Amino acid sequence: MTQSTTARLIGKPVQRKEGREKVTGSARYVDDITFPDMLHGATVRSTVPRGRIAGIHFGDDIPWNEFTIVTAKDIPAKNCVALLIEDQPCLADGVVNHPEEAVVLLAHRDKYLLEEARRAVRIDVDPLPAIFTIEDSLAKKEIIWGDDNIFKSFLVEKGDADAAMATAEVIVEGEYETGAQEQLYIEPQGMIAQVSGAEGVTVWGSLQCPYYVHKALKGIFGLPAERIRVVQTETGGGFGGKEEYPSMIAAHSALLALKSGKVVKMIYDRAEDMAATTKRHPSRTRHRTGLTRDGKLVAMDIDFTIDGGAYETLSPVVLSRGTIHAAGPYLCANVRVRGRAVATNMPPHGAFRGFGAPQSVFALERHMDRIAETVGIAPDELRRRNFIHQGETLAVSQVVREKVDMEKLMNRAFELSDYHAKRERFCAENARGGAIKRGIGFAAFLHGAGFTGSGEEYLASEAAMEATPEGRVRVLAGSTEMGQGTNTIFTQIAAEALGIDADHIEIVQPDTAHVPNSGPTVASRTTMIVGKLVESAAKSIRQSLVESGLLKLDYSAPEFGPACARYIEKCGALKSFVKYRQPKDLHWDDEKYQGDAYGAYGWAVYVAEVSVDARTAETRVDDFVAVQEVGTIINPVLASGQVEGGVAQGIGLALYENVVWQQGRMVNGQMTNYIMPTSMDVPPIRVHFEEVPYERGPAGAKGIGELPLDGTAPAIANAIAHATGIDIRKIPVTPEALAGLMETVHA
Amino acid sequence: MPDGNGTRRIRVACEVNGNAVAFESVPMARLLDVLREELGLTGTKEGCGEGECGACAVEMDGALVNSCLVPALQAEGAKIRTIEGVAHGGRLDAVQQAFLAHGGAQCGICTPGMILAAENLLARHPQPTAAEIREGLAGNLCRCTGYMKIFESVVAACRAAERQP
Repeated sequence: MTQSTTARLIGKPVQRKEGREKVTGSARYVDDITFPDMLHGATVRSTVPRGRIAGIHFGDDIPWNEFTIVTAKDIPAKNCVALLIEDQPCLADGVVNHPEEAVVLLAHRDKYLLEEARRAVRIDVDPLPAIFTIEDSLAKKEIIWGDDNIFKSFLVEKGDADAAMATAEVIVEGEYETGAQEQLYIEPQGMIAQVSGAEGVTVWGSLQCPYYVHKALKGIFGLPAERIRVVQTETGGGFGGKEEYPSMIAAHSALLALKSGKVVKMIYDRAEDMAATTKRHPSRTRHRTGLTRDGKLVAMDIDFTIDGGAYETLSPVVLSRGTIHAAGPYLCANVRVRGRAVATNMPPHGAFRGFGAPQSVFALERHMDRIAETVGIAPDELRRRNFIHQGETLAVSQVVREKVDMEKLMNRAFELSDYHAKRERFCAENARGGAIKRGIGFAAFLHGAGFTGSGEEYLASEAAMEATPEGRVRVLAGSTEMGQGTNTIFTQIAAEALGIDADHIEIVQPDTAHVPNSGPTVASRTTMIVGKLVESAAKSIRQSLVESGLLKLDYSAPEFGPACARYIEKCGALKSFVKYRQPKDLHWDDEKYQGDAYGAYGWAVYVAEVSVDARTAETRVDDFVAVQEVGTIINPVLASGQVEGGVAQGIGLALYENVVWQQGRMVNGQMTNYIMPTSMDVPPIRVHFEEVPYERGPAGAKGIGELPLDGTAPAIANAIAHATGIDIRKIPVTPEALAGLMETVHA
Repeated sequence: MPDGNGTRRIRVACEVNGNAVAFESVPMARLLDVLREELGLTGTKEGCGEGECGACAVEMDGALVNSCLVPALQAEGAKIRTIEGVAHGGRLDAVQQAFLAHGGAQCGICTPGMILAAENLLARHPQPTAAEIREGLAGNLCRCTGYMKIFESVVAACRAAERQP
């Protein structure tokens, strides 16, 4: 390509495409949309974690004849929310397997009366014994799913972990746990549905993956693809929480719309959203690591288990990512990682930014600090002796082709955070006594961008582009904007490749009636994978204009519009359509779980500085440095915004965000008692990018979105351990948890 | 709005974004619902409905309030400003402009409340310290930004105000 030598838009802080609508309040989210004669919908849930439905009782004093009432028998085709497999019913029929399972749907014009009615429905359930922990599920205390409660297991093997372990001079073991975490997007889930004989089913809503919803609705309504239409409205945050759950609420609102013959809007209030929708999978990781006396890794034996809740949903995929990331950015010749996702009678856990990796990375990076202590070397020296380099193989036997330099990233992070001086100074100060203990810690990690293994090949994503006679260019993709910057990034990529101004690019609203399936907006794949399709589509339009002689190779922006007009006049529509093609040198073996797990990785070292008040056991993060290499930065404001936001969520994961469960129900499902970081709780978050262009990414970019969730919590936990001398094994480290640990240590 | 089922409805007159408005509602209807459903001002958002997140923040007689906690009857005679009243004649004000330029808005759902909180802070402290900015925005939760770019936006808005007295 004869790309211009200097980028005009790549690397520039181009303003958010839909920013003006957002700062003026005119952006239209699902709850801002109304239709004449619209009904509101509500969901009645089981409340019992497991049992047989004995009856449904409709209380007195409600004018039930005014209500639309839907149960499982009203489902036109299959009663399941299709995802990987078809195990989760859309509405419980006969049995319930978790306490938030939907059983009855109601709709009425008056949403206040609707709420009274919802409370007046009683689901009678004959209870069956239920299980709520990974331990009880593995012990098969009750079999609640399949033959053995196991949704999925993976075994990653490299070398011979057992034989190597037998030769190790030092062996360090440890068990680590992470809790559930609520995505807590500030816009709760919501959907509007319309069903008509002519049009079929149409839904508008807050969602990440239009084609996931499309697939689920096809099965539930038994309709062909063209009779289902899914439209994404402005989406007020997702973080994975709007990856799979929107299919459920879309189906529920559409079932009410079908039965009532009216448009139905369902908006969850915060309590329902927190109680019923997915959360980050709780996890338990066991490490057994063999080393030489001087701290070289000899063997890693890792057992990684996650709690999937009552139905399989996305657990196998979350497990896959967590399993692959469990051995980190280190070289070890002999590795075994066993991953298992198990069933409990909790609402299904699901996608949340990081997708299994934050869980296994927390375990590994705490374990590495404990190993360093056991071996008697500094935590950074242990990492330095074991970092992976270009040409070496990761646990899944993937040869690293990227020019990775973890040591450089670590040194840069230490320089920016003044790590070494502070580490020494805090040790000395803490030894002198005093109530405030200070600590500094870090985590080194990687995060694969895009779908795992053959995932991208299987998805075969598509994107399209169309130019108008005025020289405006429309980007068509199913990829969604949820705050992370899809609209702006696609605009920059397209405008750069076409040599035109950013305001000549239009991003078409994701609507399955108009845009091709560019795959789900998940897995840090939108910029890297779909952005590349957008770049290719733009190059193809450019090529059409040049080859038809309407533009010379080094055209200027004002010549583009007239050339489009002439092309369209002469040849018809000026369109391009691009489909993902897997690079031929990427190989993945699904059976052995070996090969090129990801096309590219983000690499990072994060440093956290904390102070712990020994009297109250409260931890504050005082400073945070995030250094990463994620390829070329397309938009520095958006990219650093991704990291800062991810670090803040990681601070929540590490310190505050504690889901309290009782019989499978979240009992602190309010923002009052489920605590996320406020403006008072975040330290200065200092973001630095080392830019190494990735040849297969658009303009050299890799994925970025999930990475910051992986390393933040372990960096903070390591800093707390440094400050207090307490061996942190579990997050969140709430004051209550830390106070308990301090008592045990000092007792 | 609830049709009441016999509940008494009251007539409320107030000023919203400089315009005199009157509406009828049950006395305890939430100001949030009145703004969104009666007056069509959907820029004010509901994030939690319990006064924790600040997505529904509006200014009422110069004070920042969570409109999900304000009963409609309290609006009688009040001067209310919502996000729709911040820009003038299609021109963004300094805070909006700063949020746009400095990445203060990501998903945008907290943005209307956050901008009103920033406006209110700057009205009280035209040159706020870093601590005052943090405190002034503490009632408004943002899950996307980690707050850094929001702080930067507020600082940038102050600088813009300095340049244009």
